[in-house]
Amino acid sequence: MGIVSAYRMRLRRKLWLTRARLKAGQLSPVANRTGAIRGGDLLAFTTLRDERLRLPYFLDYYRRLGIDHFLMVDNGSTDGTTDYLAAQPDVSLWRTEHSYRGSAYGVDWLNGLARRHGARHWCLTVDVDEFLVYPFCDTRPLRALTDWLDASQLRVFGAMLLDMYPKGPLAAQPYAEGQDPFEIAQWFDAGNYVAEKNPLYDNLWIQGGVRAREFFADRPRRAPALNKTPLVKWARGYAYVSSTHALLPRGLNRTYEEAGGEKASGVLLHAKFLDTFGARAEEEAARGEHYRAAEEYRAYAGVLGDGLDEGRDLWCRWSERYVNWRQLEILGLISKGNWA
Amino acid sequence: MSLGVVLLVHTAFDRAAQVARHWADAGCGVVIHVDAKVPRAAFRAFRDRFAGEERVRFCKRVRVEWGTWSLVAATQIASARLLEAFPDATHVYLASGACLPLRPVAELESYLADRPGTDFIESVAVAEADWAIDGLEAERFTLRFPFSWRKRRKLFDAWTEAQRKLGLTRRLPDGLAPHLGSQWWCLTRETLQAILEAPDRRVMDAYFASVWIPDESYFQSLARRHSARIESRSLTLAKFDLQGKPHIFYDDHRPLLERSDCFVARKIWPGAEALYATFLDPDRPAARLAEPDPGKIDRVFSRANQRRANGRAGLLNQGRFPKKGREGKLTAAPYAVFCGLDALYPEWEPWLARRLGGRVHGHLFHPDGAEFAGREAVTQGCLSADPALRDYRPEQFLGNLIWNTRGERQAWQFGPADTQAVAPFLLRDRNATFTVVSGAWAVPLLQSERPFDEIRAEIARLQRVEAAFLRLLDGPEVAARVHRWTLAEFAAGPADRLDPVLAEIAGREEARPLPEIRDLSDIPALLQRLRDAGVKPTVMGDFGVAPSPAPRVGGPGLAG
Repeated sequence: MGIVSAYRMRLRRKLWLTRARLKAGQLSPVANRTGAIRGGDLLAFTTLRDERLRLPYFLDYYRRLGIDHFLMVDNGSTDGTTDYLAAQPDVSLWRTEHSYRGSAYGVDWLNGLARRHGARHWCLTVDVDEFLVYPFCDTRPLRALTDWLDASQLRVFGAMLLDMYPKGPLAAQPYAEGQDPFEIAQWFDAGNYVAEKNPLYDNLWIQGGVRAREFFADRPRRAPALNKTPLVKWARGYAYVSSTHALLPRGLNRTYEEAGGEKASGVLLHAKFLDTFGARAEEEAARGEHYRAAEEYRAYAGVLGDGLDEGRDLWCRWSERYVNWRQLEILGLISKGNWA
Repeated sequence: MSLGVVLLVHTAFDRAAQVARHWADAGCGVVIHVDAKVPRAAFRAFRDRFAGEERVRFCKRVRVEWGTWSLVAATQIASARLLEAFPDATHVYLASGACLPLRPVAELESYLADRPGTDFIESVAVAEADWAIDGLEAERFTLRFPFSWRKRRKLFDAWTEAQRKLGLTRRLPDGLAPHLGSQWWCLTRETLQAILEAPDRRVMDAYFASVWIPDESYFQSLARRHSARIESRSLTLAKFDLQGKPHIFYDDHRPLLERSDCFVARKIWPGAEALYATFLDPDRPAARLAEPDPGKIDRVFSRANQRRANGRAGLLNQGRFPKKGREGKLTAAPYAVFCGLDALYPEWEPWLARRLGGRVHGHLFHPDGAEFAGREAVTQGCLSADPALRDYRPEQFLGNLIWNTRGERQAWQFGPADTQAVAPFLLRDRNATFTVVSGAWAVPLLQSERPFDEIRAEIARLQRVEAAFLRLLDGPEVAARVHRWTLAEFAAGPADRLDPVLAEIAGREEARPLPEIRDLSDIPALLQRLRDAGVKPTVMGDFGVAPSPAPRVGGPGLAG
């Protein structure tokens, strides 16, 4: 990396940090329990809107993994999300009515919170429909992983987004509060992912899966990015620059080995495709608050054709049914690296 | 017979206390060295837990930094204290706070008693050692290492390099034969005392103080001078990764640890509730007097190291994305590519599937989409036949296909009418076997009913594409196995050409006759007509000059 390029990256990073500081004023605390955070606690950061139905399972899942404190930004929910979260003893909640898009899809808000509360902690940044799966997650809590990453002098842990879907029409299996969404969305595409190194941030740009296969076959370059770096040993100068797809300084994006070996990595199981999805896609397409003016949601809602109607079945006979992390490791979707 | 234990502790005090008590309850004398980096208050709190316990003592604290003399110094201080505080101790076991006894202490004591006067310390002569991860074996002893490897890596490397360049070395003290081995040992009182009380200890200490990682060489070398009998192995099970960092044991390792029959394991994750509960249980039945057998655990951890170093060939994911040249094999398994044969044999695909087994596809890179076997729209791994998806990253499309079908041989057809972008990748791949009959694709075209002008233009176009492909076959980066004939060469004896190749790919001979070939008798004349119309057939090979006007049955090239 040349000096000029390094300096440009530094400016970019400063820009993101400044944005985070400016947008911090948009957040008003609803329940600030950050005083309870202890040194070494595992923290989770989330932005959400109208996710009341999903919250009980989400919180339960990550509490069981060992998250000690949740820092959440509620972007104008009207479905009871705010009250529900405010009542949770391990949640600190901020609320804002400002634009999600204007905050770089929540990145500015979470960068601000991480800057204030995340330094020297392992920070997990996930949406409420993203569930981290890592090697040995059925026998070793998240703390075992972060201790090992610390001992290995690693600051980040990569986890590809793995889109899960049900068999049959989405509307056929309604999701009930508290339910494991992967009882319904049990299936995934196992072997149709493609990747390229992004020369700007050095992160891997991964695409593919069911969304590329079903919604972006005619324009694969526009298919959603699936690479994510959700788990980071945070330091004050760090910043996410594009969802959790990339970070600065860009050394943090090197979650992959380039010399032929495998670094340990996981997936975020993505419980996007449930019965609630159809209505959500139409609403988000109309709101236009998502990435690229919610082009993705418009694709789903059928505005760009080839869309998602209630009867659409994403399943095919080669779909793989989710079993556990070992299955994902054999399929090559995650790696143990040298964690044994 | 009584065992003394030196415990080096710097963190996870609850676990260290639990283990110290376990040793002490079994009758061992324990001396704990707590790193001086631990704040005084925390140290006192820890020490006070053992107030009134005769069998647990503490020693003077040293600031310990990994890879430096301080670790040896701490061990010396604690050992000396142990020998003095527990005069009945016949052996001293060096362990850390993250070490866990796997077998009852009594079993260890009787094991030692059965082997009187034996020192258990891994101690390998430097000349024979293939030990270090850093490649510094002999140089650990002949260079000086004043800079911290962890904190001042660049300076460390630069100074090491400078000493090599300048030829700076230093002399070993008299009577010292450098040996390396695991830091964790069990020495007899006599040997340990001899090392600590040697008349030239000052000389030795001064020398080892600037050896690199002296905790793996000080006692290991000096035991050779003083011991009556060395068994060069550690009784502590410890595995290391590629960074030289110990592998860590978790609850899910319990069955492995139980079967290892090792006496002590390190390192244990402090959160491994079940391991501590199981192995420190005082009522744990004494098993048997088995020899320690770390073999199974060795395999698990060497596989992990292997995975980290080399990875799985043909795999790309968020943990593995090799640079060009560092991929190892480009794909996961061998596969076969046939160029032109489907144009010569109308029944080629089904016949080949019977001959080779595995899966035989049509043209995977057909412009209208991948022709998967059975002409599925989606195949294994949910890989789509859609041409836009495939051509977005054609190399990874292929890599995915081969990865998804590991265990089942893949074969497919390729020709100049297909999209060509993947060709250089295929040719760089050691897993690929190409069987090429150049110009064969032209046969159905020449024999078709289409207007001659169209045929001529199409052949001219495809011939240019194939010529470019053939030039790639001669390129410097070709790693694929290539069998290659022109149409004319092939037509002279199809079975002679093909049978050995198919036997090689399938791994077995088979007397299955080739399917019926197209009638090629009119090809020489048709090629002549092409030539007459101004298109020179270059890739089909030499059929000789067809006599005009009336084409003869069977050109000269077909006769032989």
